[in-house]
Amino acid sequence: MFAFIVSRLLQAIPVMLVVALISFAMFAYVGDPVAIMLGQDFTEAQRAKLVQDLGLDQPFFVQFLKFVANAAQGEFGLSYRLSRPVAELIAERAPATLELAFCAAGLALVVGVPMGVYTGLYRNSWLSRLFLTFSLIGVSLPTFLIGILLILVFSVWLGWLPSFGRGEVVQLGWWSTGFLTWSGIKALILPSITLGLFQLTLIMRLVRAEMLEVLRTDYIKFARARGLGNRAVHFGHALKNTLVPVITIAGLQLGAIIAFAIVTETVFQWPGMGLLFIQSVGVADIPVMAAYLMLIAAVFVTINLVVDLLYYAVDPRLRVDRGVARGH
Amino acid sequence: MSDAPLLEVKDLRVEFPTRRGTLVALDGVSFSIAPGEVLGVVGESGAGKSMTGAAIIGLLEPPGRIAGGEIRLNGRRIDNLPYEQMRRVRGREIGAIFQDPLTTLNPLYTVGHQLIETMRTHLDLSAAEARARAISWLEMVGIPAAAQRVDSYPHEFSGGMRQRVVIALALCAEPKLVVADEPTTALDVSIQAQVIALLKRLAREKGTSMMLVTHDMGVIAETADRVAVMYAGRIAEIGPVREVVKHPKHPYTAGLMASIPPLDRKVEHLAQIEGAMPRLSAIPKGCAFNPRCPKVFDRCRHERPDLMDTGATHAACWLYDKVENYA
Ligand SMILES: Nc1ncnc2c1ncn2[C@@H]1O[C@H](COP(=O)(O)OP(=O)(O)OP(=O)(O)O)[C@@H](O)[C@H]1O
Ligand code: SF4
Ligand SMILES: [Mg+2]
Repeated sequence: MFAFIVSRLLQAIPVMLVVALISFAMFAYVGDPVAIMLGQDFTEAQRAKLVQDLGLDQPFFVQFLKFVANAAQGEFGLSYRLSRPVAELIAERAPATLELAFCAAGLALVVGVPMGVYTGLYRNSWLSRLFLTFSLIGVSLPTFLIGILLILVFSVWLGWLPSFGRGEVVQLGWWSTGFLTWSGIKALILPSITLGLFQLTLIMRLVRAEMLEVLRTDYIKFARARGLGNRAVHFGHALKNTLVPVITIAGLQLGAIIAFAIVTETVFQWPGMGLLFIQSVGVADIPVMAAYLMLIAAVFVTINLVVDLLYYAVDPRLRVDRGVARGH
Repeated sequence: MSDAPLLEVKDLRVEFPTRRGTLVALDGVSFSIAPGEVLGVVGESGAGKSMTGAAIIGLLEPPGRIAGGEIRLNGRRIDNLPYEQMRRVRGREIGAIFQDPLTTLNPLYTVGHQLIETMRTHLDLSAAEARARAISWLEMVGIPAAAQRVDSYPHEFSGGMRQRVVIALALCAEPKLVVADEPTTALDVSIQAQVIALLKRLAREKGTSMMLVTHDMGVIAETADRVAVMYAGRIAEIGPVREVVKHPKHPYTAGLMASIPPLDRKVEHLAQIEGAMPRLSAIPKGCAFNPRCPKVFDRCRHERPDLMDTGATHAACWLYDKVENYA
């Protein structure tokens, strides 16, 4: 078990290095940080000093090593745009994005899985057809359009929910949370639906397809032939066997939710990392962009590890160390 | 047979509605099984053997459905029970053994878990009692170190061992009848005999009746009391094993027996009988066997024969029509 985690972490290193290289390459090839930071009015001496401070006079390889070493400590230098440490900016914005992603993913799972189970069990009921039609909409409408439609209906016409921002937040140490105030919770609703809808429909369709597949297997027929009740057959035997693929996709989708919060955050002016990233792209604020890229890569790597651990928990066949064919 | 039958199947008809009309998979199937009796069922692939078993345990795959006839267990009709009542019959009164032990066990649960859940569904047992019984069932089906193996997952067993687990699962709620659909076909030849011997021994010890579907005439000869020969969704001949094997009356049975080489006793291709069994969509009028029958005569092409007494067996063949014979 421990060896398994270590080997997974070792496998993640090359991935992170490649992403680091891409992030770093942005420094070298996109925009001119010196020009951005100095603005219009500067002397040649100021320029030379800045180049030296930023370490831009050193060879590529040395610069890259330094970048990696700093990145490993969460050090990404100063934002060109705001002249503040990038780590600080990200830490400020992360809670907003993570809370939004958490709600969106929770919504996708809590609603998507039961809908998938239902449509898999009762293939031909009118409710299943309704769900499937609805899922087609979720898959085919672009996120920004869903967001705008929701704002139109619930903010502009009905006036029930806010159309932008996080509402009132409460500071818990460095973490700012919207969960503790009524306006914070109300502000989360529309963005969570916007962000989670695609994943919700995806998970529903996946669970449905897997259920249909599993319900055809011999072990389900045998479970029925043993006289087990519907509950045990559907949930104990069928649903559990759909979990491995569902965990994989759900894990990847959680990563995608965090990564693609950009669009939702832009539509709702949600003060998270995605909005920060978009604002940084506009002015080629490379340190922020680089840090964001690395962070997203780290998120994906972590999720992959968690997914693998969950497999291990769900499927005994993957626990190879227990000794496979003892029974000959 | 003097005893009241345990299972009685009368005029069973199973249909599959399809877009191009209704397929009749079973047509007028009648037989009975006495308490403690083993009925062998043989016939070419597609004859309707599995379909008969599925109809008895109430698990026909939709859109397949029982369209006529009746099935009685201990005199009680079970073919038209509501789902929940039939569920309580499955496992408890009729056990089932499927063909492929590699796919019939749920890979995510230990064999002990699967045994315990089956017993506790049907019997009033505490968790501890059920576990103790699970271990003793594993012992009874010949799994070594059962007390440890009870916590193993299916993939930790070989195919033969898994089929032993399946047998334990089919019998653990003490049903009076077991439907075994080719229980050894998927197994290594070297262990088929062991598994059949186990099944036979347990059935005798527990007094369980059995419907044993197989392609292996050797198994039938060794295990069954009576045998039913199926053809195109109907029973061609049924009777005591020795009679059917040694003195077959129905021309199809005769061809079937003659085609079995003494060493390889599998019913696969029938060298003695020209042609192939008809598809469900094209079952001939009259006797379903008439296009292939060496003894066919005019009546066979128009009128369908029911099972007729031939003395030792019953055969669905006009050659044994009493009225005709006496005429
Ligand atoms: N879902 C279905 N729809 C239509 N016809 C079906 C369906 N399932 C089975 N059949 C047909 O029913 C007939 C009987 O099938 P069954 O499985 O009972 O045969 P069998 O005697 O068990 O053969 P085998 O020796 O190959 O197991 C076959 O002709 C088969 O094609
Ligand atoms: S009824 Fe006629 S065709 Fe059918 S088996 Fe008997 S002799 Fe042959
Ligand atoms: Mg079959």
